[in-house]
Amino acid sequence: MRLRIYYPVIAAALLIVVLHLALAATGKTFYMTQITMSAYYALVVIGLCLLMGYAGQISLGHAGFFAAGGYTVAVLTTCNLNGLRQTPLVEWLSRLGVLVSWRDLYGNEVLSVSPWPAFIAAILLTALIALAIGLPVIRLKGHYLAMATLGFGLIIYRLALGAKVLGQADGISGVPAFHLLGELQINGRTPFRIQNYYIAWSAVLVAMVLALNLVNSRVGRALRSIHQSEEAAHSLGIDTYRYKLATFILSAVLAAAGGAMLTHYNGSIGPSEVTVMKSVRYLAIVAVGGMANLWGAMIMGILLNFLSLRGVFGSFDDAVFGAILIGIMLFAPQGLLRVPKLQVLTSLLSRRSHG
Amino acid sequence: MSDILLETRNLHRSFGGVHAVRDVSMKVQAGTIKAVIGPNGAGKTTLFNLIAGTVAPQQGEVFFRGKRITAWKPHAVASLGIARTFQTTKLFPHMTVHENVMVGRHPRTRAGFVAGMLSLPWTWREDRETQIKAADILQDLDLASCSQEIASNLSFGRQRLVEFARALATEPELLLLDEPAAGLNIYETQELSKLILKIRDRGVTCLIVEHDMSLVMNISDDVLVLDQGRWVAEGPPAAIQRNPDVIRIYLGDEHA
Repeated sequence: MRLRIYYPVIAAALLIVVLHLALAATGKTFYMTQITMSAYYALVVIGLCLLMGYAGQISLGHAGFFAAGGYTVAVLTTCNLNGLRQTPLVEWLSRLGVLVSWRDLYGNEVLSVSPWPAFIAAILLTALIALAIGLPVIRLKGHYLAMATLGFGLIIYRLALGAKVLGQADGISGVPAFHLLGELQINGRTPFRIQNYYIAWSAVLVAMVLALNLVNSRVGRALRSIHQSEEAAHSLGIDTYRYKLATFILSAVLAAAGGAMLTHYNGSIGPSEVTVMKSVRYLAIVAVGGMANLWGAMIMGILLNFLSLRGVFGSFDDAVFGAILIGIMLFAPQGLLRVPKLQVLTSLLSRRSHG
Repeated sequence: MSDILLETRNLHRSFGGVHAVRDVSMKVQAGTIKAVIGPNGAGKTTLFNLIAGTVAPQQGEVFFRGKRITAWKPHAVASLGIARTFQTTKLFPHMTVHENVMVGRHPRTRAGFVAGMLSLPWTWREDRETQIKAADILQDLDLASCSQEIASNLSFGRQRLVEFARALATEPELLLLDEPAAGLNIYETQELSKLILKIRDRGVTCLIVEHDMSLVMNISDDVLVLDQGRWVAEGPPAAIQRNPDVIRIYLGDEHA
């Protein structure tokens, strides 16, 4: 019975292969690049869906967390520690195998942090930032988290634009490929396109499985109960503050993972990833997907980002997402992928299996 | 007599200039039903909130099984074995009745974020147990027939019972019931009396805030009377009914 939640995952995995074959058959494999990018953005959306749809907290700073992940790996994997080879810290890191030596485009030797440790550092750093923001703010009732995260997003944006180490308006480029395991690598170059299509989708499906497990667990039940009556949840022994904080950190970490992986894929990251409109976009996508609907959020995350990356919305890109948000709030607060009939059907099915 | 399960000492709480609870000390014997009565604004619900941790006292102490729990957070109080219901029923409206009661198992289960995300096999067993326990409680309270119903679709009286079931799912030693008979008809109130007695007989101590005198006098072992936040009288129902101070509060001076 519990395995039922995985059926859609299996269906999605099959669809992903079918999509690949269809694109190959029609000679449109170049679409796979944007699909891959969209998949990394979908990780942000999955995390935000847990936070908004299940814990009932709003974040307007998820682009900031995405950027925290992306910029951390970009800085760490491109910084050149060659000049510092003799210092004890660099020597020690080198011995630990954290550093890697490589040659850049001009043939210069570069000593920088290798991708795996950089990735872990990005995750830990983002978790710490989320903890620092959430610790004081989540205690407050109401939508203070939205405001605090909005402020955080603006700060990160200004930092990205202003700080030399973050490349200012140019961002950071020349980020190396992320060698995951053996031949597998996150690499945006054309020969790696198919491999990366599957790597990105795997990341999405892994995130989906973890998120689905969570919402169907004791914790998921507790989160939904907090969302529906915080006072009652609290009176039943649920540490509402800790649960909301943990969900916030989890969703920030997912955003950072998406940011870090996309940065390796693109080989670069810039301030355009950190704008408030990006955060609004993620929020709009979760709203369209139906708030407490992980599949809806994921599908919309891929679809809308793909259309945006293909330039379908032209120069109205941001306006489209703003309009989507307004439209959803006005006309379909339950989201588009929450067809009532579908719910009736699922409740009937679950009734039967309970009976 | 039996042991003291709950004790408050000189509890005090004011809101703005209003002294909601003033210097209230009282004891609840384990295994009994104790009622807290008094006119509107007597501070009954505030007293409850001070015990349950929803509101922190400005002075005074709360002890549970001799352990100081003053100003503990509600979730910590609940985990220790004090469950409560609310004056206005607070179910999780979009969950089924069964799910509502399953949430009540929270303090007796332990799967956290990591175990939940990884769906470790022991969490399946735990969840299965949670489902069965919740179903058993619903069966016990004659609610099995509506277990798959969405909570907000139930009648008022039923919702109250589900809230009861949910509180019992935490396996409390002390159950705080805030006006359980409010809005119920005579028949429902009688059923409720039987239910509270049944729960008491299973060893769950009950502390009840109630307006309905018939309920209070019929089932309580002990009554506490509050007026304007102050302790007025405490004792068995028969004695309380004869107490001149209590009569004065309820009926006015000329009847005393």
